[in-house]
Amino acid sequence: MNLFSVALKNLARKKVRTALTVGGVAIAIAVLVSLWGFDTGYQRSLNNDIDKMGYQVLVTAKGCPYEAATLMLQGGGGLRYMNEDVYKRISGDARIDKITPQLVATAYDPGKQSGRGGISLYMGIADSYLTLKPWSKFKSGKWFSDENALEAIMGYEVAEYEQRSVGDKILIPGRNEILTVVGIFERNGTQDDGIVFLPLKVAQKIFEVPDKLTGIGIKLKDMAQLSKFEEDLYNEPGIQIISLAQVKGTILNLVSSAKAMTNSVALIAVIIAVIGVVNTILMSVFERTSEIGVMKAIGASRLDIFRIIWVETTFICVFGGVLGNIMALLGGKTIEYILKSVLPYAPKGHLVVITPHILTLSFFGAVIMGLVAGLYPAFRASSMKPIEAIRKGE
Amino acid sequence: MKNTIIKAAELTKVYIRGTEEVYAVNGINLDITDGDFIALMGPSGSGKTTLLDLIGCLDSISSGSLEVFGKDVSRVKESKLVGLRRGHIGFIFQDFLLIPSLTAIENVELSLYFARKPQDRKKLVQLFEKVGLGHRINHLPKEMSGGERQRVAIARALAVSPKFLIADEPTGNLDTKSSQEIFDIFKNINKSEGLTIILATHNPKLGSQADHIIYLKDGKVVSKEESSLY
Repeated sequence: MNLFSVALKNLARKKVRTALTVGGVAIAIAVLVSLWGFDTGYQRSLNNDIDKMGYQVLVTAKGCPYEAATLMLQGGGGLRYMNEDVYKRISGDARIDKITPQLVATAYDPGKQSGRGGISLYMGIADSYLTLKPWSKFKSGKWFSDENALEAIMGYEVAEYEQRSVGDKILIPGRNEILTVVGIFERNGTQDDGIVFLPLKVAQKIFEVPDKLTGIGIKLKDMAQLSKFEEDLYNEPGIQIISLAQVKGTILNLVSSAKAMTNSVALIAVIIAVIGVVNTILMSVFERTSEIGVMKAIGASRLDIFRIIWVETTFICVFGGVLGNIMALLGGKTIEYILKSVLPYAPKGHLVVITPHILTLSFFGAVIMGLVAGLYPAFRASSMKPIEAIRKGE
Repeated sequence: MKNTIIKAAELTKVYIRGTEEVYAVNGINLDITDGDFIALMGPSGSGKTTLLDLIGCLDSISSGSLEVFGKDVSRVKESKLVGLRRGHIGFIFQDFLLIPSLTAIENVELSLYFARKPQDRKKLVQLFEKVGLGHRINHLPKEMSGGERQRVAIARALAVSPKFLIADEPTGNLDTKSSQEIFDIFKNINKSEGLTIILATHNPKLGSQADHIIYLKDGKVVSKEESSLY
């Protein structure tokens, strides 16, 4: 017999009450773990999205930079157009390592999402596209046969969703043009997975925007030249330059307010859980007044009593911590689904990434929570005078 | 010559109730020697329980002096009294006061844990057999009768090998048959092991079986007598 078994048996005595308190702690810990997991996952996915764009600077037509930043990650540029000759003028700059023009277009597809309708994304690209994204590999098929060919290359997810394979014919809704699928990209975990790619000239023709572009992706030879390069391009009329650093900052700004809100909710959940634990243990201490008195009478020191109560509280929080971690691991997908629907921009890949580091941190957080929550009830119990406690409990 | 283990002189305990001073124990002089079997008797409110609490070092005294094992405990703080009680004084209460979530043997083991003494299961089983409860060691208190619970409480008190035993109305919640059985255990322990026992009882038939009877009234000793077996 030792303090741990006494504490465990005491907790087992009121099973429902203990379970409810453990549940309260578990929910608080699950919220906390999910949020930390979201912090990690979101940053990681955003970095992945941006790194895999292949360029550091995007030139777009003038417009709202927030809108441009978001749309850029969703397909390469805001739906405002600039003249193609901008591309021709910039491409001669000696500081540029690689450059590629893009035309993003959308079409409403009434058959999408099981008949509820939705927007399909298309992107006109040129041969230089692949030089900026050397990791883009073909799952099947190959590049366009000609810059004027009525052909399409599909991103992995859109091909999977529409169950397309090389050789299939696809119709662009509302445009009455039929394209032949000549290639399907491998999954790369970015927005590209959901896009149908067309030769740039074909896209300009189908979407009736001849000689227009929505964006130009640029990779510089030397990143140190970035600010000077941006400065020079400010003189070009009708365009704006968005660096990926800006985009990252803009998106993180958009998300930070939501994060502050959710962090407050998590903090409140933790405080409520701690109050719940203190309340439960205090109630249990008062119910056991005469037992505590008799334990002191037969030789328990103040420290013995303090430790029993402290161990009980810590057990509750440790059980809650473990359960909360399991809940967060199991519920990660659901939380990801909810977050994706409420966030202004959700990068591809896992938004909630619960690492062993987070699990360890939350576990020790739960232990600390137990130690703190147990202080007052343990102090109250250990301060009881034996004879008063025995008589009060009778 | 027997050793004096408890010596009280003008022992007084006063409680303040509102503006009134209540003398629960009022100037009691007492010498208890090794091996004594003493019954405290008297009506409710006569001070039996308070006297036991003081002798058992569970409560502080108001005035007078009290020596336990030759040590003056009159001015000792509660935190220091624990060391004196632990492993030296065995307690038995009217309501048994067992820990409900622990089995009979675990209740006893817990007292050994608090007394910082080894928990030898074999010896404990023998102890349970001695109090007539060898077959019930793994039962919870709620699965036992009052008499059985009090036997567990006796085992708990004896397990730490105390120098004396304090029992406050140990048969108060028991039927006549169980009361006598419990009292017989006390008598046997006192006779066979020479353990000092001080108990409070309302029951004159049981009290008269002790070696000495001390009658209390209004916190004072009104008479002391040697008992003749009932």
